[in-house]
Amino acid sequence: MQALVRFFDSDFFYSFRRNPVAMVSAFVLAVCIGGAVMAPLLAPYNPFDLASLSLMDSFRPPAFVADGDASHVIGTDDQGRDLLSAIMYGTRVSIFVAALAIAFALTLGTTIGLVAGYLGGAVDAVLMRIADVQLTFPAILIALLVDGILRAVLPREFHDRMEIWVLIFAIGIARWPQFARTVRGSTLVERGREYVMAAQVIGLSPRRIMTGHILPNVLGPVLVIATLNLGLAVLDEATLSFLGVGLAPTEPSLGTLIRIGNNFLFSGEWWITIFPGVTLAAMVLSINLLGDWLRDALNPRLR
Amino acid sequence: MFAFIIARLFQAVPVLLAVAAISFAMFAYVGDPVTQMLGQDFTEAQRQTLVKTLGLDQPFWVQYSRFVWAALHGEFGLSFRLAKPVGSLILERMPATLELASVAALLALSVGVPMGVYTGLRRNGLLSRVFMVLSLVGVSLPTFLIGILLILVFAVLLGWLPSFGRGTLVQVGGWSTGLLTLSGLKALILPAVTLGMFQMTLIMRLVRAEMLEVLRSDYIKFARARGLSQRAIHFGHALRNTLVPVITVVGLQLGGLLAFSIVTETVFQWPGMGLLLIQSIAVADIPVMSTYLLLISVMFVTINLIVDLLYYAVDPRLRIGRGGGGRH
Amino acid sequence: MSLLEVENLTVEFPSRRGTLRAIDGVSFAIDPGEVLGVVGESGAGKSLTGAAIIGLLEPPGRIAGGRVLLAGKRIDDLPPERMRAIRGRQIGAIFQDPLTTLNPLYSIGRQLVETIQTHLGLSDRDARARALQWLEDVGIPAARSRIDAYPHEFSGGMRQRVVIALALCAEPRLVIADEPTTALDVSIQAQIIALLKRVTREHGTAVMLVTHDMGVIAETADRVAVMYAGRIAEIGPVRDVVKTPAHPYSEGLMGSIPSLEHRVERLRQIDGAMPRLTAIPAGCAFNPRCAAVFARCRVERPELLPAGATRAACWLHAGGG
Repeated sequence: MQALVRFFDSDFFYSFRRNPVAMVSAFVLAVCIGGAVMAPLLAPYNPFDLASLSLMDSFRPPAFVADGDASHVIGTDDQGRDLLSAIMYGTRVSIFVAALAIAFALTLGTTIGLVAGYLGGAVDAVLMRIADVQLTFPAILIALLVDGILRAVLPREFHDRMEIWVLIFAIGIARWPQFARTVRGSTLVERGREYVMAAQVIGLSPRRIMTGHILPNVLGPVLVIATLNLGLAVLDEATLSFLGVGLAPTEPSLGTLIRIGNNFLFSGEWWITIFPGVTLAAMVLSINLLGDWLRDALNPRLR
Repeated sequence: MFAFIIARLFQAVPVLLAVAAISFAMFAYVGDPVTQMLGQDFTEAQRQTLVKTLGLDQPFWVQYSRFVWAALHGEFGLSFRLAKPVGSLILERMPATLELASVAALLALSVGVPMGVYTGLRRNGLLSRVFMVLSLVGVSLPTFLIGILLILVFAVLLGWLPSFGRGTLVQVGGWSTGLLTLSGLKALILPAVTLGMFQMTLIMRLVRAEMLEVLRSDYIKFARARGLSQRAIHFGHALRNTLVPVITVVGLQLGGLLAFSIVTETVFQWPGMGLLLIQSIAVADIPVMSTYLLLISVMFVTINLIVDLLYYAVDPRLRIGRGGGGRH
Repeated sequence: MSLLEVENLTVEFPSRRGTLRAIDGVSFAIDPGEVLGVVGESGAGKSLTGAAIIGLLEPPGRIAGGRVLLAGKRIDDLPPERMRAIRGRQIGAIFQDPLTTLNPLYSIGRQLVETIQTHLGLSDRDARARALQWLEDVGIPAARSRIDAYPHEFSGGMRQRVVIALALCAEPRLVIADEPTTALDVSIQAQIIALLKRVTREHGTAVMLVTHDMGVIAETADRVAVMYAGRIAEIGPVRDVVKTPAHPYSEGLMGSIPSLEHRVERLRQIDGAMPRLTAIPAGCAFNPRCAAVFARCRVERPELLPAGATRAACWLHAGGG
């Protein structure tokens, strides 16, 4: 309770309330996440329920267009799926993939960073060299190649079933080096502190020291990076799905929906692409705006 | 200077060899090339012969050094999908990608840097705020969506520009260029804008951030205290110091352009290396993937080398071997 | 006539919890060729006073009241371009950290030539000759071969010599030196102070020497202003302020100078800390820490009053001292 009061009285919260952009972004993000998480409850239709789909319903324009249909507010896609419902479920998939991918990258990167920073020497040199080399390649390229390799290695049927996990793995593996670099840097600083030496003197195992003592102290910057990378991971997923190496049309994410809609751009069914596209852009834009504000709020020098 | 280049080259070699090893591992152990090449019916004897001719019975390092040796001679094996030498497949498509990427890079730099400088100097001006909001939109819109929107507006609705392909090409030596015909140039506009947009906004934001950082520095305050003109402070002192970190990131970003051209090429059906890669990934055509990885690495290393040289030209602190050397 | 007159200068920072007054009605004057030391704890407003005089306050800080006159002409309300022409040419500045005040990407010669040409309009050849002359003047060894070297090729002490040359190369009549030795090794501090004293005397330049080091003031300044919480606590000839301080705060400061002549058992210290700008006490700002405090100090704020050879803002001297 007291912590809450302190939070609402803080400069941090004050700068949030003074900044309409940050407030609007937080609102948009909350709507996107809320709509996605509660899609089964809120969505007017269930786009995965094949029985309810009818090709008769396909290509219905949005309700506000001349020959629109009030039962499908923003129209239907080529399969006759209600687009609003498909977008809500699609956002759910996108956020799920991005969040798990970042969680994976965070775990992997933090572990490697801790080990490299704490042990130092050859281990450190090798691990960081790998991170450096990987960092020279854009994450999307790494994710693309990892996905392609897994496609070749895994049996076809197994790959199709595991598609979403393959995607999460590919995006996560492409984003670990940033976490590792940051954690290593902080670990190097923490390692020299008295409390770590004290822990070493009383004979705690390196593992205990790393997880119990250093980790909590290096987590701050990690969480900031995780937030900023979440927006990027959403884009990674959308891009991969758009390129056709991500999720299949049977389990559409935002990227998949845009890819489907792209096929009908020239025949006039613009809404199939535009609405998922706008959702994606609004979500990533609000994450970026919040990130921007957060960085300025945490760095008073820039004010 | 010369020693500097040599040193940088030597640092690049292990990286390239490591990438080559990954590339080779993919080539040799992923997706079973033997089965792929033999097709449906084969005898064990045929299989053995092929294994021998391909040298797959040799130890890893022998195979690996053969692979590197062949790669140095431009031989990368056959594409599973098209049954053609991968080297020439990729080479055919390289001009398309390089033209697209360099025009996009030029666009990103020539618009991004001035906008960054402007927004850095007039940080509270109306136009700066507009630029900043636009840039955030640019960073948040995924490349493929920008492409789709541009196609929708300029190709579908207005019908001004083509939405796919390279237009009429002209052969100059072995290089097929679209830069010399009107239709080629028109076809280039949308893809180049799409590809350059993200980097442009990124460069602008980076230049602005660096500019603000530099303007707060002590030497800029001291330059003001010395009574130098606004112009000398902004463009003589601040801009040059801004460029030092910007060069590195921009260099990496230009590498990013090559990767993101995959997306742009898919949207615009641009017949470059990226489109080839996507088509190959869809059917797990490993030789094309591994060769692409190798070639892209070579390009990245080259770009990094150029960046280092630029760095060297801009920042005197790197020109060691004169005077005291030590900083404090 | 005084070279520089500061009258009732007030600097404010608007902030979320109201406007903070960082400098509150400061007045003093500097004569041509004179060295005025400005001393006080960090946060007392010494550096801000210097920045306000040369028109380089960082926004959102601003001059909220008072006047600054240079040779009788008001300069605090000049348009930016006119003020720019005064900086460097009329008033030079030396900053604290020589490692960061020089642009790392330009040779020291180029930075000197640039300054000289901006203000004196000399030809390339003459400006370079002048730059070389200055480097020799401030004691850069082998100046002729070092003129095209970059800042990182010099040590900290050498760089501060270059900074001094840069501050003085357009022959200003006043130089504001803001903690010029604080960032340097102790062994080099004395050399830099000696150099500053010598070159400013040779060129007849007045100096406003801002420092928290009373020792430096004692051996360099003609007069000294002691600042506390944005105001001047005491101002007067350096000998008098050091020997017979009139303000209890100055007395405390003098007690913190180590001395070889008078062996003291322990250096004295002032208990407590300077108040934050948000919480300046009523009456005399020093009253919570003052040993000689009495009722009036807690209610009414003292102005500068004559106190022997100096003037002090202290009610102890209300009787005319």
